Amino acid sequence: MNTFISKIKIAALLCGISGFSVLALAGEMKDTGTDGAGQNKIEIKDFAFNPQTITVKSGEKITWINRDEEPHTVVSVEKQFKKSPALDTDQEFTVVAGSPGTYSYFCSVHPKMTGTIVVKQ
Amino acid sequence: MSNYISHDHEHDGIDRRGFLKCMAWAGTGVLWTISGGVLVSKTLAEVAKTGSSLPTATDLSFLQISDSHIGFNKAANKDVTETFKIALDRINAMPTPPSFLIHTGDISQLSKPEEFDTFDQILKSCRTKDVFYVPGEHDVINDGGKMYRERYLKNVQGKGSGWYSFNKNGVHFIGLVNVLDLQAGGLGQLGDEQLEWLEDDVKGLGADTPIVVFAHIPLWTVYPQWGWGTSDSERALGYLKRFGSVTVLNGHIHQVLQKVEGNVTFHTAMSTAFPQPAPGTAPSPGPLSVPAEKLRSMLGLTSVQYKQGTTALAVVDTTLS
Repeated sequence: MNTFISKIKIAALLCGISGFSVLALAGEMKDTGTDGAGQNKIEIKDFAFNPQTITVKSGEKITWINRDEEPHTVVSVEKQFKKSPALDTDQEFTVVAGSPGTYSYFCSVHPKMTGTIVVKQ
Repeated sequence: MSNYISHDHEHDGIDRRGFLKCMAWAGTGVLWTISGGVLVSKTLAEVAKTGSSLPTATDLSFLQISDSHIGFNKAANKDVTETFKIALDRINAMPTPPSFLIHTGDISQLSKPEEFDTFDQILKSCRTKDVFYVPGEHDVINDGGKMYRERYLKNVQGKGSGWYSFNKNGVHFIGLVNVLDLQAGGLGQLGDEQLEWLEDDVKGLGADTPIVVFAHIPLWTVYPQWGWGTSDSERALGYLKRFGSVTVLNGHIHQVLQKVEGNVTFHTAMSTAFPQPAPGTAPSPGPLSVPAEKLRSMLGLTSVQYKQGTTALAVVDTTLS
């Protein structure tokens, strides 16, 4: 049951290196093709999701951006939304918040990294 | 060996004189470096104090390489394929080639087929052709390790998510997988199925059989705040308690650390790609950027020697500088 629609998008400030990842990732993910960033932004830095808990309204987008030199993923603990592919430096991953509720997620590469999304009506 | 060790200041079963003598038979003195302020292990722990002879085991040397991270191209090392090549050159230059290699995971940076392809291509230049693998978390990101298993674990007929064992020269080797099905908030994990297999795997072995266990994430708790440990490793080690010599080889943390506990020697290897900070010395365990001229002194490989009639395996790290 997918309560989130996943989308991968590449950050505007791409450095050349992630160029070839774009194609690989775009092929795997469903792109909803609209604006991206929005205000619900979660930065991944120093092996942590920041903010660790975010509260959004149903239908809003949530975007993670990886600022580490290490790849990270965004994976729903209860498999409530499609997991991200490996996000390399400066790559983004966006989901659209579905039904109200609390959604826990973590990085499957570094499971110590956890975060929570609270979706309100 | 006891006649070599006379000043055991650090209670690690070794002193300088004894170490150098042991290095003579280990045969890797030419590559050994102890200077430069780099953490180069002064290992060769006396694993078992009561040394009975091991009638079935014969001399053996093999090499551990780890954490190649092919595809990584950030500041900490812009050319990881080059440093991997240098590591292979070092292996090819060894006076006595190792019988086989063990790669303890993170071949790739992002689990991409082209990264594995590059690794395989470069590895062809290695004179030693026999390689045994266990995956790192970077190798299994998108598909739960399916591609990795098809590429690297086919010949060993891995059970479950890919674990296996084999015997060489009377030494029993066990390759474990602790990077799959990880739980949110947790550490590395072996899981019940693998642990049950392990218990069964060693059941029939005599207590004097030297055991070598290799896995990606350390099988002892190095630094849980950074996820450097395996949640259920204690249970695994419980099955190995009765053995006189157990050597545990891990990667993941890109630096040499060693611990001796009873008959068990735990050892982590350097990466061939980039160093990582010592536990707790940085905000995160991310790649550590060092001055270019220092990089190779923080990359390396690990040579392991088993000599018949001894109870210890000699674990010797050499840098790429």
